[in-house]
Amino acid sequence: MEKRVRVLVAKPGLDGHDRGAKVVARALRDAGFEVIYTGLRQTPEQIAEAALQEDVNVIALSLLSGAHNHLFPRIVELIREKGMTDVLIIGGGVIPDADIPVLKAAGISEVFTPGTSTTTIIDYIKENVK
Amino acid sequence: MDNESLKLKVAEYTAKVEKASAKFPERKNLEYNRLYTPLDLEGQDYEKDLGLPGSYPFTRGVQPTMYRGRFWTMRMYAGFSTAEESNKRYRYLLESGGTGLSCAFDLPTQIGYDSDDIISEGEVGKVGVAIDSLADMEILFDQIDLAKVSTSMTINAPASVLLAMYIAVAEKNGIGPEKLNGTIQNDILKEYAARGTYIFPPKPSMRLITNIFEYCSKNVPNWNTISISGYHIREAGSTAAQEIAFTIADGIAYCEAAIKAGLDVDAFAGRLSFFWNAHNNVLEEVAKFRASRRVWAKIMKERFGAKNPKSWMLRVHTQTAGSMLTAQQPDNNVVRVALQTAAAVMGGTQSLHTNSKDEALALPTEASVRVALRTQQIVAYESGLADVVDPLAGSYYVEAMTNQIEAEALKYIQKIDDIGGAVVAIEEGYIQREIQDSAYKWQKEVENNDRVIVGVNKFQIEEKPVEGLLRVDASVGELQKKKLADLRAKRDNAAVTAALAKLEAACGDDSVNLMPIILEAVKTYATLGEICGVMRKVFGEYQAHATL
Repeated sequence: MEKRVRVLVAKPGLDGHDRGAKVVARALRDAGFEVIYTGLRQTPEQIAEAALQEDVNVIALSLLSGAHNHLFPRIVELIREKGMTDVLIIGGGVIPDADIPVLKAAGISEVFTPGTSTTTIIDYIKENVK
Repeated sequence: MDNESLKLKVAEYTAKVEKASAKFPERKNLEYNRLYTPLDLEGQDYEKDLGLPGSYPFTRGVQPTMYRGRFWTMRMYAGFSTAEESNKRYRYLLESGGTGLSCAFDLPTQIGYDSDDIISEGEVGKVGVAIDSLADMEILFDQIDLAKVSTSMTINAPASVLLAMYIAVAEKNGIGPEKLNGTIQNDILKEYAARGTYIFPPKPSMRLITNIFEYCSKNVPNWNTISISGYHIREAGSTAAQEIAFTIADGIAYCEAAIKAGLDVDAFAGRLSFFWNAHNNVLEEVAKFRASRRVWAKIMKERFGAKNPKSWMLRVHTQTAGSMLTAQQPDNNVVRVALQTAAAVMGGTQSLHTNSKDEALALPTEASVRVALRTQQIVAYESGLADVVDPLAGSYYVEAMTNQIEAEALKYIQKIDDIGGAVVAIEEGYIQREIQDSAYKWQKEVENNDRVIVGVNKFQIEEKPVEGLLRVDASVGELQKKKLADLRAKRDNAAVTAALAKLEAACGDDSVNLMPIILEAVKTYATLGEICGVMRKVFGEYQAHATL
């Protein structure tokens, strides 16, 4: 049997809004992925460590506080430093359009903004996970 | 028509329309009945269930005059970047006819970290203003008369520290604490359940809260010592009935803690206030406001034996539902906010924040905030909705729904009582799970097109990226760091150390009220992070277990 895709849903920074993260986590689980949810207030280091320990294929970052430009690239950097070169990293939250190209250049594969359906995210992961 | 013949008529009507409505399956299975009649209000007793406005059980409103006296307080939640920037926005809002202030703090401030803490990186000044010490607070309220304005502060875990800073700023301007009006959110239980800016575990957190109740009852008598908040529970995905049930259960827990600490219920209950969400379903929301007042009045009178009518009143601040704003076709949000405003006003709110159309994308610009404030002013002055007290009373539908939401809320409150109260229900994850289930159900409905969100799953258009959004200057973190370094070099550090040592000792002694000691500490310009750091050391930190 093919190994199930493992996804780490993570909340970096100090933001407490986790409705989106939890809804996405549940939808991914219902879609057959193995989902690990970090809970709130994770530092980039904690997220990278959890990704390594849990041996995940995908990291889904959720942030609504506006600190994405600082935190998302830092997480990508740590993940790559740990040698997890083929982990798919995606992000979501209140993220202005203007920031998306910057985040993509930093290694976030895709950014999902408010109103995205969970099936869009599921399909994206299925198509892009390595 | 007597009830028997009405029943027959209604049965005939139902048979007829059932057939006809089979052609409209998408409009058939809504949450509420299609028609309400006097049959739905059988057994209702006007005096007992409704009463007059300003009278028990306050279903029709807490004041006798409602908006035929004063309008609700138009209180726009604002704050970003530095104290200097936010002070400018506050003065702009007051000049534009806003009638109260509402401070948004950035996340480091809300979680008790200074701007130069490593954990604060990237978050300084983002979702609110950065306040590190009394020095920032002095700038925040510069040229604002604290004897005249009422100020609400969305601050929870470190509420005691921010309140102390506010009292200290007023004192410097020659204004005694007895003259201050305002609110601190100070509602830690909903932070554990839905909002996330907790610091300490429940026990010391409840102590801080009851210390504030006691201190304010003697020294800051017009201060609302807590804003028990359903808003964030609803934003996290709850239903209307869950919003008021979980919040009132939190309110019960605060009352029990204060009574256990030796306070008389009538000494603090009159200063408790609430915070509701104004969501999209206008009439359901009106019923929710009405039901919540009745539930709370009965609990305070019957369960806690409060004797002062002020202790029975559920006074409420409202904010329109941020989670219902769409990033798609954001101009449509102006209409949503107008309807939500109508609901809050017909529901009888005491104050209101209206969201701006661009808030699904970023913090609002000055121009979009103006439209949001104008929305309240149009509803107040032009719509006629504020001209009659509790205008929907007597509507078969609204009265039936008020009863239904009350019954649902009471069932949840009973369930939470059975679990052992709100604190235990949160620690066991019960409340979080209920909220998450509702949030997931809502999302499924939207994705299955059982629930239409205009512009999101129906009536979509190709859109260009929105321009002109507010951006918080990234240099604010550096600016705050520099201000802190200057402060630490300039202040009397021996006084700071002494004040912090005194605080540490007091934290370890449950019989001491911490408020006067925190007030002393902020006056030495001890920083928020230093003060919360001492409390972290003694109290420890709350460890949430993430539930899915």
